[in-house]
Amino acid sequence: MTARRSLRPALLVVLPVTALMALCVLSIGLGAVDIPPDQVVRALFGHPSSDLVDNIVWTVRVPRTVLGLTAGAALGLSGALMQALTRNPLADPGILGVSAGASFGIVLAIALFGIGSLYGTIWFAFAGALGTSVLVFLLGRTGRSGATPVKLALAGIAVTFLLFSLTNAIVLTDPDALDRYRFWSAGTLADQDAAVVRSILPFLAVGAVLALATAPALNSLALGDDVAASLGRRLGLVRLQGVVAVMLLTGASVAVIGPVVFLGLVVPHVARVLAQYAGIGPDHRWLLPLSAVLAPCLLLTADILGRVVARPTEVQAGVLVAFIGGPFFIALVRRRKLAEV
Amino acid sequence: MTALAPLRGRRPFRLAAPPVSGVLRPRLVALCAALVAAVFLLFCWGVTLGDYPIGFTDVVKALTGAGDPGTVLVVRELRLPRALVGLLVGIAFGISGALYQTMTRNPLASPDMIGLTEGAGTAVVAGIVLGWDGGLGTQGLGLLGALVTALLVYALAWKGGATGYRIILVGIGVSWMCTSATDYLVARGERFEAQAALGWLVGNLNGRTWDQVTQLAVAMAVLVPLALGMGRRLRILQLGDDVAAGLGTPVQPVRLALLLLGVGLIAFGTAAAGPVAFVALAAPQIAQRMAGTAWPPLAASGLTGALVVLGSDLIAREAIPGTELPVGIVTGVIGAPVLLWLLIRANRAGSGG
Repeated sequence: MTARRSLRPALLVVLPVTALMALCVLSIGLGAVDIPPDQVVRALFGHPSSDLVDNIVWTVRVPRTVLGLTAGAALGLSGALMQALTRNPLADPGILGVSAGASFGIVLAIALFGIGSLYGTIWFAFAGALGTSVLVFLLGRTGRSGATPVKLALAGIAVTFLLFSLTNAIVLTDPDALDRYRFWSAGTLADQDAAVVRSILPFLAVGAVLALATAPALNSLALGDDVAASLGRRLGLVRLQGVVAVMLLTGASVAVIGPVVFLGLVVPHVARVLAQYAGIGPDHRWLLPLSAVLAPCLLLTADILGRVVARPTEVQAGVLVAFIGGPFFIALVRRRKLAEV
Repeated sequence: MTALAPLRGRRPFRLAAPPVSGVLRPRLVALCAALVAAVFLLFCWGVTLGDYPIGFTDVVKALTGAGDPGTVLVVRELRLPRALVGLLVGIAFGISGALYQTMTRNPLASPDMIGLTEGAGTAVVAGIVLGWDGGLGTQGLGLLGALVTALLVYALAWKGGATGYRIILVGIGVSWMCTSATDYLVARGERFEAQAALGWLVGNLNGRTWDQVTQLAVAMAVLVPLALGMGRRLRILQLGDDVAAGLGTPVQPVRLALLLLGVGLIAFGTAAAGPVAFVALAAPQIAQRMAGTAWPPLAASGLTGALVVLGSDLIAREAIPGTELPVGIVTGVIGAPVLLWLLIRANRAGSGG
């Protein structure tokens, strides 16, 4: 009995990680030029079969795959964190207004400051995402009883609406901004080089450490505010730490790959089901890392599918994630009693 | 809020013949009268504007059919369709928003959020980008998209009855999928098509024709009286499903009827002018606060919606000389701060919206 129990959590680690590694090899292999898996592995270990393969693997496919891995992990992690913080199974990192803020930052950079390069706009998107999250957190904190989950969500929706209409106003009057914005907003992993990926890594790393460090506190928070407080948790501090982590993780990844909805919403639910199956239960010390492994699986799958289904063009990964995640979300709404939302 | 003093601002009355009794709210009646006057003023003001300026009195004369034939022609053929579409769309969105907000008892619930306008948007953008509309035209596609999405949301939310919350949540899921599809289409299309698609998605009153006016007017002539007639039931439903059932209201049929009315209004409105942002969300809340009632009053919400759309259209045409902004952008920029202000007020009261 004890042997079986210790085996299952091991599987919980091994299976998703194996799947993720397989997806990475596929993601490096498939595209405009298909490279067989054995050649991919050889190229990765420094023995490419030809210069062309070496070039494709290291300048195009590897940055794209690493971006999918890191951004996916960040979105999955922040989704699990948001759902735990708001105790709401429908919470999504986008709810904090992060995506709308990033959109606004990008069109502002292009239209007002004439910045066309990718590096320039990324910083504006990041600043927009951070600024919006701070604003939403402050608005949600007004009034009695601080930043309750419901108030945070409502403030996020209101700010999202405001920024969205301002973004539209700019985009409609500036064709250049529209051209850049429309490709970014569909959510894609394509056409990013290694420098872009490197520039967001520090933010993602800090965010991930902050997020994982909240896991024990989140377990207490799940018992309710009063119980968590009597267990010695400082609620305001935990929420602040969580929101900062969500800001960093979501802001940095959305700035680069665009607003990918559903990833942060769907993945934590899958993680919870798997953890339950392994006999662990809703322990955030397991759920957070598991979400961080499962989310890139989904994102890379969507990205690979997007390259394959409409050859020679590509379907953006964000679009496919929504179409895989949407039915899941509706099934979830139908299954649960959601009176508390 | 006003319910603290039982009869403040309300006059109950009872007539012997015909046997009618009810409650008269002088403030609500006065508000509606003032709104009608303001809407009429803005309507005529909007008609005076254009390449060939016409005086205010001439416009009023031309509306009644008098005045010189040239002015009558310009007013009737060129300017009236735009003003009428603005008026009707405002009323439709305002009433539809009030229906949804009362039904779900949630000031943030609006038809924009449950995917109807997004569904219409996906259908129209698909028509623009793929270059094929099946002979329906932009209006027909928008209408079809909104109605199909509404049916889909209701069917998916149905599980031995549909609650207001489940409809909204399923609607949010469907609207995200529609938005994603629209994003994909906009990114896939050419630059010019993308601009045309986005222009429609924002909501525009420019270049409307009599065809659009008549289509919308016929639909509203049926839907608006029905909606106003449902007002009583709506307020009983607001007390909660259990209380409403206890008071003898058939909860599920009434909810379905309200939902269909709201969908119809928003679908025909969106088909005529595109999804004009925030009117459905903000107009009922503004009307509720001006009337001092505890719920969004239907007629006043519709009139406020018309006021907002006509006023925003004036600003959109006059704000930047030489260019015309789409009306949807102005309503968005005005509506969002109103929403935030409401939210902060609600937070202060401790109810969290």
